[in-house]
Amino acid sequence: MEWEAPAIILSARPYGEGDAIASVLTEEHGVHRGLARGGASSRHAAVWQGGNLVQVRWVGRLADQLGSYTGELVHAAAALALDDALTLAMLTSVCAVAEGALPERQPHPRVFAGMLHLLANLAHREEALADLVRWEAALLAELGYGLDLARCAVTGSGEDLAFVSPKTGRAVSAGAAGAWKPRLLRLPAFLLGQGPAGPADWRDGLRLTGHFLARDAFGHHHRPLPPARQLLYDRVADLAE
Amino acid sequence: MGGPEIERLIGLLARLPGFGPRSARRAALRLLSQPQTRMLPLATALAEAAAAVRSCARCGNLDSRDPCAICTDPQREAGLVCVVEGVGDLWALERAGVHRGTYHVLGGTLSALAGTGPEDLNLAPLLARVAEGGVTEVILALGATVDGATTAHWLADRLKPLGVAISRVAQGVPMGGALDVLDDGTLGAALRARRAF
Repeated sequence: MEWEAPAIILSARPYGEGDAIASVLTEEHGVHRGLARGGASSRHAAVWQGGNLVQVRWVGRLADQLGSYTGELVHAAAALALDDALTLAMLTSVCAVAEGALPERQPHPRVFAGMLHLLANLAHREEALADLVRWEAALLAELGYGLDLARCAVTGSGEDLAFVSPKTGRAVSAGAAGAWKPRLLRLPAFLLGQGPAGPADWRDGLRLTGHFLARDAFGHHHRPLPPARQLLYDRVADLAE
Repeated sequence: MGGPEIERLIGLLARLPGFGPRSARRAALRLLSQPQTRMLPLATALAEAAAAVRSCARCGNLDSRDPCAICTDPQREAGLVCVVEGVGDLWALERAGVHRGTYHVLGGTLSALAGTGPEDLNLAPLLARVAEGGVTEVILALGATVDGATTAHWLADRLKPLGVAISRVAQGVPMGGALDVLDDGTLGAALRARRAF
């Protein structure tokens, strides 16, 4: 058995002296693990860094075996993100969320395409942060926990949407929120395709998707949100203050 | 093969870095063939090192003295602290003879995936050491990896309020390296870190 495909490295855990167990995301094969021989060695460690786009070749005797990878670097997203704390936090967060939330060996081409776009544009921090929140919302939808942001859950109107119910994931308009406001999650306008976004909007967006990721995508597996995702939220919250 | 003692020796040697079962058998055979000149001195050295060598309470270096020889060397700049991931990195810098300050060994890097948090590393003593005063500059000599950079940013965030100068080692073209064989990331880092010539 073998296949070759462009893949995003999600993680590479050292195994033995110089090898690594790599977890990658591909369009056709979804999240897929394999042994990268020499993946933790000084010669090849630069290739197997989280966030890098690599042309990988997987070989295994049977389809359900771990198998082994060889890879050639296509885009060094990790190296480009190392200097900036926020960019690096975004990169580690998307990798950790994708690895933790997606089931293994099930294709999710929309999630892969969104992540590819995100990693290619990480340097544009403002756009990338809004894209990251949209990608997390798309990831939730792909896993069956999509948010309903089309109309107000109370009035049915598509106008003046400002909050989301933390229970149902449905939008609520500012007028209908009433006394429930403190209990609702703020819905940033950029998630509705309206207006430019600032630090407070990114923070609200991360809080919104983070709530449903923690409760549904990770909570159903009895796992907490990855620390890298919390670190990203803390950095953006600092920016907003 | 030759009794449980030999099997145990080969098994223990095979666990060492750089050794496998085959090389462990070769090493065991060499040791057993010259017990007086090779094996017993090695056994004595191992026992003495195990009994005497400890982590330096101040910097995390391995030494038979605590504080270690580097921390107590009056010729060194005590205010210049180089932060490294492991003792191997400290030894590499000492071998090169390029750093005349002191060190701080973290014992690893922060890793969200491996579950290594700040409490698992030798980070708090570094912050306490800087807060005590006397440290003028902290050099972050951590690996150019996602985990190394995450640790560097985490430390920089906490060191900045303490009013100490923070620097990090440069990344780029190695000595004797040709540009056409470098990966895209190293080339990008080298160009971003260019300096006036």
